[in-house]
Amino acid sequence: MAGGMTEGRAMTEQAGEPRPPGAAREAVLSRRRLLTRVAVGGGGLVALALAVPVVGYLLGPLFDSTPATWADLGPVDSFRQGETREAELSDPSSLPWAGETARTAVWVRRGSGNDFTAFQVNCTHLGCPVNWLPEAQLFLCPCHGGVYNGDGTVAGGPPPRSLFTYETRIRDGRLQALVSGLQTV
Amino acid sequence: MKLLIGAWRWLDERLGFSSTIMPVVRHPVPRSVNWWYVTGSATLMAFILQVVTGVALATNYVPAPSNAYDSLHFITSQAEFGNILRGMHFFGASAMVVLVLIHMTQVFMTGSYKFPRELNWLSGVLLLALTLAMAFTGQLLRWDQNAFWSTVVGAEQAARTPIIGGILTKLLIAGKTVGGATLTRFFAIHVFLIPALIFGMIGLHLYLAIRHGVSEWPRAGRPVHKATYLQEYEEELKQGEPFFPDAAWKDAVVMLLVVVAIIALAAIFGPPHLGKPADPTIVQAYPRPDWYFVWYFAVLALSPPSIENLVILGFPLLVFLGLALIPLLWPTGERSLRSRPWAPAVVTIPVILVVVLSVEGFRAPWSPNFAALGASPLPAAVQTQLDPARQKGAQVFQFRGCRACHAIAGSGGHKGPDLGAVGDRLTPAQLTTRIAAGGGGMPAYAGVLSPAEMQVLVDFLQGLRSPNREPAGTPLAP
Repeated sequence: MAGGMTEGRAMTEQAGEPRPPGAAREAVLSRRRLLTRVAVGGGGLVALALAVPVVGYLLGPLFDSTPATWADLGPVDSFRQGETREAELSDPSSLPWAGETARTAVWVRRGSGNDFTAFQVNCTHLGCPVNWLPEAQLFLCPCHGGVYNGDGTVAGGPPPRSLFTYETRIRDGRLQALVSGLQTV
Repeated sequence: MKLLIGAWRWLDERLGFSSTIMPVVRHPVPRSVNWWYVTGSATLMAFILQVVTGVALATNYVPAPSNAYDSLHFITSQAEFGNILRGMHFFGASAMVVLVLIHMTQVFMTGSYKFPRELNWLSGVLLLALTLAMAFTGQLLRWDQNAFWSTVVGAEQAARTPIIGGILTKLLIAGKTVGGATLTRFFAIHVFLIPALIFGMIGLHLYLAIRHGVSEWPRAGRPVHKATYLQEYEEELKQGEPFFPDAAWKDAVVMLLVVVAIIALAAIFGPPHLGKPADPTIVQAYPRPDWYFVWYFAVLALSPPSIENLVILGFPLLVFLGLALIPLLWPTGERSLRSRPWAPAVVTIPVILVVVLSVEGFRAPWSPNFAALGASPLPAAVQTQLDPARQKGAQVFQFRGCRACHAIAGSGGHKGPDLGAVGDRLTPAQLTTRIAAGGGGMPAYAGVLSPAEMQVLVDFLQGLRSPNREPAGTPLAP
């Protein structure tokens, strides 16, 4: 690092000192230079020893390996065929002090029979929560004008893709969604 | 008295106040220093006020999602002077954003960023970025609906970054979702990390201001040359005056005014309204940023989807890169505005752009008008002109949510065209096709409307005409 530069300068400074001609460079490693190097190197090591835990702690979220888990959306019978309605699920990875943010909304569309689609509420443009307008059969985003059809495909506005969905399954008469965090473009 | 003087001498000998600090405080400044030079001090005052009010607010604020909103409610409605302190912190933030920009404008217009003060400008550009970061993170700590969804929007913006988008998002929201770990992270960034950086940067900024001295008022025909400027400035200072008190009293006056103005604004208008608590299960949200970011909100809505990533990420980068390059590309030459006629344009064009975008952002014509849905009826003027058959069409128009995006007689959304006189433009067949198939941002309603509904809706729309106009499709008279 910076050590290389100081070394170079020190060499020139010492150029005036008497030195046997043709002596190897290592020969001029004086006691002072050695101690300087040890001090700089040691300081660097200590800085590294400090930086590893601090930076590692701050980068912690990157190593979060909470697996995707199935979250409950409610009894299958609470969703009527041919309707889309809001349901809630509990985020499995939430912290005890997460409060309201531990729960999140999901738009659940039930086709015929047990054909379910669970949409992430976030607009695929920049994440605002879309609203379902049953009379118009549209999802409307309140932020930048995104509009989606009932099946989640884009009907207008800036969204780059259709609404994100969760994988769903039915267990013991209850609808479940596979949750692993905010899905983004 | 003798004792006091003795005590002062004892302290002074040890502190070095007269020998070290006073010469700095009384450093000479050019005689041409005038009222334009106070903008930096005004900004500094706003920052000091933010530190003071911020530290006070932090004594009651709980940075956990389960309690943050309630603690803000407590601060606003119960804590002694909490209301006015929150107001001061909010208007102080607005003042900082505005004053930093005014200070930069002043420095740019007088060409004071030129040699040898390039680093003063560059540290100032960093301070601008840090100020904006404070404004953004501060809004999130309010932890109401606006704050929550702004965080999500911020995270999704970060996610658009090529390659490292996913990593950035996880670091920003401290996990896979916006939740318990997110708010503590923003809190730490807002009250510890960025303020520490700002303190350091202000330190450097002030050190540089003293090292290079306050620039003299620019004069036409006196360009900056690297070879001669320092000597010329030295000459200028020979007729100079001490910064304290000859120039500093102007700064003191303006700093006082800044404090008084912020207290007055807080007392009159109070703190920003707290929306509904941040609850991801309430999807009926209407997220909007604080006023200084509304122009960017408009940019996000209006940028063409094909170049959107470039706009979201490239635009802020470009702005800061451009600002940083100014002193590096033009370190010498004329400082006077008379010889830099383009300088006012460089300032004015972005200002006009931001004002226009802000106006659009507040109007947000691209957003559906949720207030126009549900039971709210069409304007009486439209309603009374309708016969019973067309009344039915009007009901379909209202019930099916058309008015969220289309206005009639000025009432309704503005995402789609105003339909007040759509009968002038489109024939019944054209109307039917457009409604059924959609296109150009209009959703297709073929699967939503029954044939009977379509019929009455088209009849209703066909009848909407400007006075004395034939319906569309009428053959022209020979």
